[in-house]
Amino acid sequence: MTLNRRTILKAGAAAAALPLLGSRAFAQGEPLKVGFIYVGTINDNGYNYAHNQGRIFLEEQLGDLVETTYVENVPEGPDCERVLRELAQQGNKLIFATSFGFGDSVMKVAQQFPDVKFEHATGYQKADNVGLYNARFYEGRAVCGTIAGHLSKTGKLAYIGSFPIPEVVMGINALALSARKVNPAITVKPVYISTWNDPAKEADAARALIDQGVDIIAQHTDGPAALQVAQERGIIGGFGQGADMSAFAPETQLTSIIDHWGPRYVASAQALIDGTWTAGDTWEGLKEDVVQIGPYGPKVTEEVKAAAEAVRTGQIDGSFHIFTGPIKDNTGTERVAAGVTMTDAELLSMDWYVEGVEQPA
Amino acid sequence: MEIIIPIIVTLVFAATPILLAALGELVVEKSGVLNLGVEGMMLVGAIAGFAGQFYTGNPYFALLCGAMAGAATAIIFGFLTLSLSANQTATGLALTIFGTGFSALAGAPFSARPIQLMGPLFPAELASHPALRVVFGYSAPVYFSFFMVFAVWYFLEKTRPGLILRAVGENDLSAHSIGYSVKLVRYLAVLFGGAMAGIAGACFPLLLTPQWAERMTAGRGWIAVALVVFASWRPFRLLAGAYLFGLVMTMELYAKAGGGVLSVIPSELWAALPYLATIIVLVLISIKRDASTNAPACLGKPFLPTN
Repeated sequence: MTLNRRTILKAGAAAAALPLLGSRAFAQGEPLKVGFIYVGTINDNGYNYAHNQGRIFLEEQLGDLVETTYVENVPEGPDCERVLRELAQQGNKLIFATSFGFGDSVMKVAQQFPDVKFEHATGYQKADNVGLYNARFYEGRAVCGTIAGHLSKTGKLAYIGSFPIPEVVMGINALALSARKVNPAITVKPVYISTWNDPAKEADAARALIDQGVDIIAQHTDGPAALQVAQERGIIGGFGQGADMSAFAPETQLTSIIDHWGPRYVASAQALIDGTWTAGDTWEGLKEDVVQIGPYGPKVTEEVKAAAEAVRTGQIDGSFHIFTGPIKDNTGTERVAAGVTMTDAELLSMDWYVEGVEQPA
Repeated sequence: MEIIIPIIVTLVFAATPILLAALGELVVEKSGVLNLGVEGMMLVGAIAGFAGQFYTGNPYFALLCGAMAGAATAIIFGFLTLSLSANQTATGLALTIFGTGFSALAGAPFSARPIQLMGPLFPAELASHPALRVVFGYSAPVYFSFFMVFAVWYFLEKTRPGLILRAVGENDLSAHSIGYSVKLVRYLAVLFGGAMAGIAGACFPLLLTPQWAERMTAGRGWIAVALVVFASWRPFRLLAGAYLFGLVMTMELYAKAGGGVLSVIPSELWAALPYLATIIVLVLISIKRDASTNAPACLGKPFLPTN
C-alpha cells in the first residue's frame, strides 16, 4: 500500500468509526492486520520460535479475519522504533512486541499512533493503547523440579542461566523448591553465562557442571546445547526450554516447558475484532494453556509421571502454588510465612535464592 | 585433583577452532593482507560443515565442506580487495556481515535438526586411563591444528615459497619488481586463510555442540584476529595464546560450577584474565623492541604497482 495523505485519512476515519461499528468493521471489510516483531530469529528453536508458532496459531484459528506480518532479528533500540512505526503505517492495527527491551520504543510509537493497539511481552509500561502480557514459566519449572527430585541420584542439580534477572531467578527457585519437596537433600547449582545464545559456551558450562557430579541440568538460555551435552555424557537428564527439544536428546530430555502464546494472540485479536479490546496486563500459565508441559521422556517412570501430573493439575485447578510458604532463603532466613503465597509483584522483583540453591560464584 | 583432566580436555576443544582460524589469518597477514572477515568465513564454514555432516554423516567430508565454503567466501574478499583494490578493513567487515546473513539464510532449514558429533581419532581403549585421555582423547581437528602450527612455522621460516610470501608482505613493490606475482601470492594466502576459518567454523557443530544455531561462533572469529596481534605474528606464540584463551574461557565456567580448590579464584577474575593477559603481553612486546617491529610492513595496504 502506498502511503499518501488520503490513505492516512482513510485509516484515521476507519479507526474513529471502530468503536461504533464493533465486530462488523472487520468482518465485512478488510481483515485485521496484525504485526509481530521478534528480537531474534524464528529458527532459534526457543523463545522467538515459540512466538512465531503463536502467530501461526493465530492465523489458523481466525483464518480470513486476520492477516499477519512479522519482522525478525530486530535489535532493541532505535531500529525497533523504526520497525514499529513502519508496521503501524502499513495498516497493522494490532502489534505484538515480543521482547522486554522493546518497551521504550513501544511507548513512543504508541503515542504517535493512538488508533493502533500494542501489546508488549514481559514488559512493565502501560498506556491506553499499550497492553502487557507474560507467561508463568515458573509453573513449568515446578513440574520439572518434581521430576528432578525423584530421578536425581547424586542430589545435585544444575541450572544454566543467562543473566540473574527476576524471570530467571524465579525459575531456579521454582525448580529448587519443588525438587526439595520430594527430596530435601537436593541442592541446585546456578551458573550464569552472560548471554542468551552462545551454544559452545552453554555446552562447556554443561560439561563443567557434569564434571562436578551434577546429574540433571535445567537451562534458561535459547538453545538445546546443554541438553545435547547431557545426552552425550549419559547423565540422567535435562529439560527442554521454550520448545520440545527431544530431537536433540531423545533419551535425556525428561520433559520440556513449551511456550504456547497462540491462545493469548487469538484472544487479543478477537477482542479487537469484537470491539472489546482494552489494554490488559495478563500473566497466564498452565491453566490458560499458555505454558504447556511437553511429552515425558523414556526415563520418567509411571510413578514419577503421576507426581509430575499432580503438580501440573494442581497448578491448573489452583490448589497448588509453588511459591506458598514457608519458604526460607539460602541464608536460612524465612522469607515467606507458612500458608502465605507470594504476590505477583513480589515474584516479578525476586532477587534472592531459596534454601538449597548455592549462591552463584 | 581428578577435575584437572576434564578441564584440560574441555579447554583443548575450546581452543582448537580459535587456533585454526588464527593460523589462517596469520598467513594472510604475513602476505600483507588484513582480512577482518574471519568471523563471517567461520559462520559460512559452520553451516557448510553442518550440512556436510547432516547429509553424509562423514565428518571428514564435513570438514572439507567447511574448508571449501570458507575458501569460497574468501574469494569474494580476494576479488574485491586484490583485483579491485577495495579498502581491506571495510571489505573485511562487510564479509563478516555477509557471512552472518548468508549462513543464517542457508541454515534456516537445519534448525532443530541434530547431527552426530565427530568421535575421537584414536580407539577408546587408548584413552581409557584418565592421564592418557589428555593425549589420545581428541578428535582429528585437534591433532590437525597441532600439525598446522608446525607446518605454518616451517613454511614461513624454512621454505622458499614462505620466504616469497613474507617478502610480498614486507615490501610488495620490491617483490613485484623482481618478478613475483604479488596478487597470486596474496590470493593463495587469502584462500588458505578462508579454508582454515571454514574448518574452524565447522568445528563448532562437529566438535563442540552438534547443532546449527545462527551466529554460533559467537565472536570467536574476532578473538582469532586479536590473537594474531597478541602472538606478534609467530605461530608458536599463537598456539600459546589460543590455549591461554581456551584455559581462561574454560576455567571461568569450571570456577562457577565447581567448588573446592577452583572457587578460591573468583569467577570474575577468570573473566577478566584475558584482558589482563593482553595488557601484559602488549607491555612485554613494547619492552622487547624486536617483537614490536614484527608486523608485516605492507599489512592492510592495497597493492598499486606504478608501472
